[in-house]
Amino acid sequence: MSESTPNGNQPMVQLIGVHKWFGQFHVLKNIDLQVDKGERIVICGPSGSGKSTMIRCINRLEEHQQGQIIVDGVELTHDLKNIDTVRREVGMVFQHFNLFPHLTVLENCTLAPVWVRGMPKKDAETTAMQYLERVQIPEQASKYPGQLSGGQQQRVAIARSLCMQPNIMLFDEPTSALDPEMISEVLDVMIDLAETGMTMLCVTHEMGFARKVANRVIFMDEGEIIEMNEPEAFFHHPQSERTKLFLSQILSH
Amino acid sequence: MAKSTQLETRRPAAVERPPAVRTGLLGWLHQNLFSSWFNSLLTVVAVLLLARVIPPLLNWFVVNAVWTATDPAACKEASGACWAMIHEKYRLILFGRYPYEQQWRPLLGILVLAAVIGVSCNRTFWKPWLADAWIGVLVVWFVLMWGGVLGLPFVPNNLWGGLPLTLILTVIGLAVAFPVSILLALGRRSRMPVIRVISVGYIELIRGVPLISLLFMASFMLPLFLPTGASIDEVLRAQVAIIMFSAAYLAEAIRGGLQAIPNGQYEAAHALGLTYWQTQRKIILPQAITIAIPSIVNIFIGLFKDTSLVAIVSLTDLLLSMRQAIADPLWRRFFVEGYIFIAMIYFCVCFFMSKYSQYLETQFDTSRSR
Amino acid sequence: MAASTASASPPVKSSGSLWRNQLFRSFLYQVIALVILIAVGAYLISNTFANLEERSIRTGFEFLDREAGFRIGESMIPYRASDSYRRAYTVGVLNTLRVSALGIVLATLIGVLVGIARLSPNWLVVKLASVYVETVRNVPLLLQLFFWYTVITGILPAVRQALSFRFLPGVYLSKSGLMFPTPVSHPIHSYMLGALGVGLILAWVYTRWAERRQDMTGQPSQRLLPCIGLLLGPALLVWLFGGAPTAMDVPTLMRFTYKGGSSITPEFLALLTGLTMYTAAFIAENVRGGIQAVPWGQTEAAEALGLRRSTVLRLVILPQALRIIIPPSTSQYLNLTKNSSLAVAIGYPDLVSITNTSLNQTGQAIECISIMMGIYLTISLSISVVMNMYNRYVALVER
Repeated sequence: MSESTPNGNQPMVQLIGVHKWFGQFHVLKNIDLQVDKGERIVICGPSGSGKSTMIRCINRLEEHQQGQIIVDGVELTHDLKNIDTVRREVGMVFQHFNLFPHLTVLENCTLAPVWVRGMPKKDAETTAMQYLERVQIPEQASKYPGQLSGGQQQRVAIARSLCMQPNIMLFDEPTSALDPEMISEVLDVMIDLAETGMTMLCVTHEMGFARKVANRVIFMDEGEIIEMNEPEAFFHHPQSERTKLFLSQILSH
Repeated sequence: MAKSTQLETRRPAAVERPPAVRTGLLGWLHQNLFSSWFNSLLTVVAVLLLARVIPPLLNWFVVNAVWTATDPAACKEASGACWAMIHEKYRLILFGRYPYEQQWRPLLGILVLAAVIGVSCNRTFWKPWLADAWIGVLVVWFVLMWGGVLGLPFVPNNLWGGLPLTLILTVIGLAVAFPVSILLALGRRSRMPVIRVISVGYIELIRGVPLISLLFMASFMLPLFLPTGASIDEVLRAQVAIIMFSAAYLAEAIRGGLQAIPNGQYEAAHALGLTYWQTQRKIILPQAITIAIPSIVNIFIGLFKDTSLVAIVSLTDLLLSMRQAIADPLWRRFFVEGYIFIAMIYFCVCFFMSKYSQYLETQFDTSRSR
Repeated sequence: MAASTASASPPVKSSGSLWRNQLFRSFLYQVIALVILIAVGAYLISNTFANLEERSIRTGFEFLDREAGFRIGESMIPYRASDSYRRAYTVGVLNTLRVSALGIVLATLIGVLVGIARLSPNWLVVKLASVYVETVRNVPLLLQLFFWYTVITGILPAVRQALSFRFLPGVYLSKSGLMFPTPVSHPIHSYMLGALGVGLILAWVYTRWAERRQDMTGQPSQRLLPCIGLLLGPALLVWLFGGAPTAMDVPTLMRFTYKGGSSITPEFLALLTGLTMYTAAFIAENVRGGIQAVPWGQTEAAEALGLRRSTVLRLVILPQALRIIIPPSTSQYLNLTKNSSLAVAIGYPDLVSITNTSLNQTGQAIECISIMMGIYLTISLSISVVMNMYNRYVALVER
């Protein structure tokens, strides 16, 4: 069911008729979405709208009950092998960083390459240092997460995901838990990443970031995709009433 | 410009129900008992096990049990539990050798004590008058048990036994130990080396040895410490050992509370000019003890169970009085029923207190908003 | 603004009163505390000496070399009634350590299993485990010990009709305890022990080599099976070389009882069972609390990186959970050792039981009880010291 796009390749991520329930609560309603390689998607919406749930379905941290999710040609089902394959290609950055507190920054970054991709330790460390330099904290490599600030921890978390060299990066409200002065250092790293052509799906409230970087902005409410458009059109000519209401609330600051 | 699908005013999606097999009873069964083949195997094994064990157990406990009979022969014939033995002996088990006609007195005492404990459990009653209420209740309790006044005949200590003895050993143990433990906890955090050494030494000594050794110490050594000719009642010896024991553990619980108080509290108090004891009394201790209350309740539960050890130094607590009751040659074979009876008493008290302690912990978590 | 040349009043010095001086006060308090302590101590000691003299009780530790004159039900070292009190005490200490060590190992195994069971997705398993934990935790240990003891001595059959098990030939359970076969002593056994030591070294070397190899090439190598093989292999070879002796001393039914093999007394069995079941419930709670305390986000992050469930457990969850599980579990081990003192109630000759007998015979309560408390204190303090060192070693490094 893959549509062919102008560059003739399969889309990176496809959600087709996806439904999810938590018990009786219908949290995702008939989600249809296609993301091409190199696209940057920003997803916004009120809390409880299902945006985090949707991207967590993409790397199977949540299971969908109906519909299809196809990531880089691999369909997500109960097949464990498929899930493993998908998780190698998809990186995720969490709101609360979730760094491993008992390992150093460097060990946090080398853990998965060594144990999942079977990289020799030296190579893993070299790669890790490269990415730590990318996120501009190579000097913290031997420190423990508890010794770093929030902004530094989140940048380490981004480096950790990048060390697996994924094709798709998911961001679940990466700056929501940070103090205001640290938000920009993390956003800068994300913008830098976007410019390298990484496919990104980002749940965030940072509309400035969306304007700068996104190919498309999606508005979700009550489990449905209400509106999807390019940033300029989205922000200046919202179509749906609900979108207008949401934008008026968050852009008034 | 690959995609600019503008999804216009969409109709709200029709209300859909989740797939049937995921909800309701079937859904619950699927998720909780049969979610994977390993789980299903476990469920099957567990159900088989229960099917073999529960019906005979029910038969023994209830169906074939003899509930009242004065003659043990009736019980011997039946294949079920002999609850008739409990019916015959419960007063002996619960009250020990306390004179039969006066047993309403310990019963009243237990009820009054239980009432004041119940009242103390409710946070809205944590006011200064509660301490007075406790003292009043204890006085009433001792009057009831000892008698000798108000027309009540005197009953000496060595006839006390069973549940009242267990309760009072626990309650007095904690009550008397409490002020001592506060001093110990403060002493352990003191900057004066002598005080600190004495406090740490006491706490670590008591915590490092089993309660039974303290009971032995009190039983055998306490009489030696008194002036020649003076003697000390056996119940009092055990009580002293229990007080010493709980003081050490309570001190550790309170120390935990003290450690949780931020430095800023001390600084604010000193900035206002309060002296050490004023600071402790008005600011630090109220907060520390409140934080320590769940631990203190746990110590109460542990102590209630540990009083059973006085059976080893021949004090007729609940456990020993039960063993004495089933020593009766007529009913001796039904010892299991006796054990189950007092096990249930202990279980009820301890289980409910521990649920209460968990409830308190959640209360304190939510009320401490930072 | 003219510079004041008038003599400014000197700053208020301390009032000179010694009482207000903080250092003096703290010194005074300490002196008072010491004086009170010494005074009370002196009073008690003088009373004690007076009482001892009045009752003609000897003092001093010479009694330790005297003949004990009582038998001990079971002992790890040879002991006769004509041996000294010192030896009797040694037997008691060894018995206490024996039941404590076994109890700690078994309680840990059962506790970990039950703790994990409480976290199972299977509702039945969770409920069954909970029933066990709640029942055992809310009933006094002494009661449980009596229960197990009366079950073993009251309900199990007499020795002649001992229970046997199809899968374990030679094992018999009866009122008189548990009997099991032991290998007949053979010279090759000591060599096997040595070979076991060699196996241990080999296994350790192999593990190191496997780790190095993974660091270099990235390929993980099989760890568990080769390790077990290396551990047991040399011992097995030695055994084969020695002619593969399989002679076992099996308990066989003679006219009145069983002869041969080894046995465990019902007292030991009851104490071990009671202590193990009791402590396992507390350890299960610690294990459950520890695993639950690791934030769910850790598992999610590790899985999002593509790590497999088993690797996540081993490298991310368990290290963090163990930090939370081990300190309270160590105090449970301490409690188990102290609780073994209840052995005196069911007749197992542990340290308390020996002390009880000794002080009843010699009348020297103070010396006997002091020795007992001293020994328990030593054990407790050693465990505390080790625990503190471990805690410092694994503490998470924070700002």
